[in-house]
Amino acid sequence: MKKTTSKSRVVSAVLIKDLRIEVRSRVVTNQVLPFAGLIMIMFAFALDNDDVLQRVAGGLIWLATIFSLFVIVQRSFAIDTADSALDSLRVAGIDLSAVFLGKAIALTFQLIALDVVLIASAFLLYQVQVSAIGLVLLVTCVTCATTGLGFVGTLYGGLTAGANGRETLLPLLLLPVVAPVLIAATRATEAAFGSGGAATSEGWAWVGLLTIFAAVFGIGGSLAFGPLIDE
Amino acid sequence: MKDAGFIFASYFLTIGSVLLFAVVTLRRARESAKHVDDEHKPWI
Amino acid sequence: MSQTSAQSSQKVSNTGTQATRVIGVLAIVVMTWVVISGLSLTSADVVQGESVRIMYVHVPSAWIAYVAFIVTAIASAFYIFAKRHSLGFDRVAGASAEVGVMFMAITLVTGSLWGRLTWGEFWQWDPRLTTTAFLFVTYIGYLAVRRLDGTTEQRAKRSGVVALLAVLEIPLVHFSVVFWRSLHQRATVLDPNGDVKMDGLMLFTLFSGVVGFTLVFMWLVLHRQRTMLLSDLAIERRIDDAILNRQNESVGN
Repeated sequence: MKKTTSKSRVVSAVLIKDLRIEVRSRVVTNQVLPFAGLIMIMFAFALDNDDVLQRVAGGLIWLATIFSLFVIVQRSFAIDTADSALDSLRVAGIDLSAVFLGKAIALTFQLIALDVVLIASAFLLYQVQVSAIGLVLLVTCVTCATTGLGFVGTLYGGLTAGANGRETLLPLLLLPVVAPVLIAATRATEAAFGSGGAATSEGWAWVGLLTIFAAVFGIGGSLAFGPLIDE
Repeated sequence: MKDAGFIFASYFLTIGSVLLFAVVTLRRARESAKHVDDEHKPWI
Repeated sequence: MSQTSAQSSQKVSNTGTQATRVIGVLAIVVMTWVVISGLSLTSADVVQGESVRIMYVHVPSAWIAYVAFIVTAIASAFYIFAKRHSLGFDRVAGASAEVGVMFMAITLVTGSLWGRLTWGEFWQWDPRLTTTAFLFVTYIGYLAVRRLDGTTEQRAKRSGVVALLAVLEIPLVHFSVVFWRSLHQRATVLDPNGDVKMDGLMLFTLFSGVVGFTLVFMWLVLHRQRTMLLSDLAIERRIDDAILNRQNESVGN
C-alpha cells in the first residue's frame, strides 16, 4: 500500500499535537517549571555559600534539567499510552521513526523553555554573569544539549512507557546515558559564565561533544524506537 | 604479611562471590530441570 | 502435552554435561593455583609491597567483566539482526550480563581495597574507574529491563536494544570523562596500574588468573543460560496448561 503520509508530515503532525496538548493542558508550564525553580532554591538552602553557588551554578542548572527531564518524558508518554493512542499509531502503519522525531523535537522545545527558566533563576539567585560571546556559547550549548536530551528521553521514554513497573525504570536507565550531556553541558555553561576562571573558548569543544551525542542518539533513536514500540 | 587484612578480604570476596553464584546457579538449574523432560533439553 | 517428568520413570538430567564438568574441573584447578601463587609463591612488589597481590584477582575480574559486556552486546546483535531471531542468543546475552555484573562488582570492590592501600583513597575519579562504575550501573539497568513483564520475545528485543545502545554510550561516556578529568591536573599522577615491575612468576600468575576467570565465566554462562531455557519452557507450559484448562472448562459447560 502506498504511503500517503510523507515522513515530514508525520513529524510535524506529531510535533504539533504534542505541543498543542501542552499549550492546552499547561502541565509542564504549571507544574514542571515551578518544580525546576524550586530545585534551584533548594540547592541554595543545601549549599549555603554564595561563592560556591556561583562557582557550581552551571552544574546545578543541568542537574535540575535532568531531574525535570524524567517528569516531562513520563508526561510525554502518558499522553500517548492513555486510550492506547500509541497502539493506534502503530496499527495505522505510520513510520515510527517519524513519530520518534516528532516527539523528540516537542520534548526539546519544552526542555528549552525549562532551561530558560533555570538560567534566569541562576542569574537571579546565584549572581552569575555572562558576556556577549559567552551568551552565544550558552545558547548553542542549550540548543545542542536539549536536542540530545530530547532524543534520548524519547527513546527511553518509549521503552519504559505504559505497563506497571516500567515508569520507575526510567531514571535508572536514563541517568547513566545522560552522563556525557551533564558533564559536557556543565563545562560549557561554566565556560560561558566564566566560573572558576574558565575561558569561553574552552566551552566550544564541549559543545562539539554535545553535538556528537545528539547525532548518535538521533540516528540510534530513530532506528530503535520502531522495534521497541512495535510489540 | 603487611596489609594482610585487605588482601585476604579481596581474595575471600572474589572466590566467595564466584562460589555463591555457582551454588545459586546450580540450585536454580536443579529446580528448573525437575519440571522439564529430557527431550526438551538440547544439550543432552 | 508431555507429562510432568517428575512422575515418569525416566531419569531427569540437570544442566550439566561433559563439557561443563571438564570446564568446571579446570576452573577449580587453575583458580586454586592462582590463589596459592598469588598469596604465597609470588614475592611482594618493590614499590607497592604486598598490596600487589590484590592485582591477581582484580585485573582478571576486570578483564572478564568487560568480556562479558562484549558477549552480551554481540549476542544481542545476533538476536536482533539475524533473520531467525533465535532466543538462544538472548539467553546467552542475559546470562553473560548477570555474570558480568558480578565480576564488575568484584572489580570495583577489590580495586577500591587496592586503592586504599596504594593511594590512601577508596575511590578516584579517573576515566577508567568512572567508566567501570558507569558500566556497572548500566548493566543493572539492563537486568532490570529483562525482568519487566512480557513475552520472551519482548524481553529479548527490549534488552537487546538497551545492550546495543549501551555499546554506543560507552565511548561517549569514556571520552567525556577523559576530557573532564584532564582539566584536573593532579600533582602526583596516580596511575591505576601502579608502578609494578612484574617478574616471570607474577606475570604467569596474572595470566593464569585471566585463564581461570574465563573458565569460570564459561561455566557459569553455560549453566545459567540452560537454566533460563528451562524456566522459559516451564512458564510456556504453565500458560499452555492454563489455556487447555480453560478450553476444557468451556467444553464441559
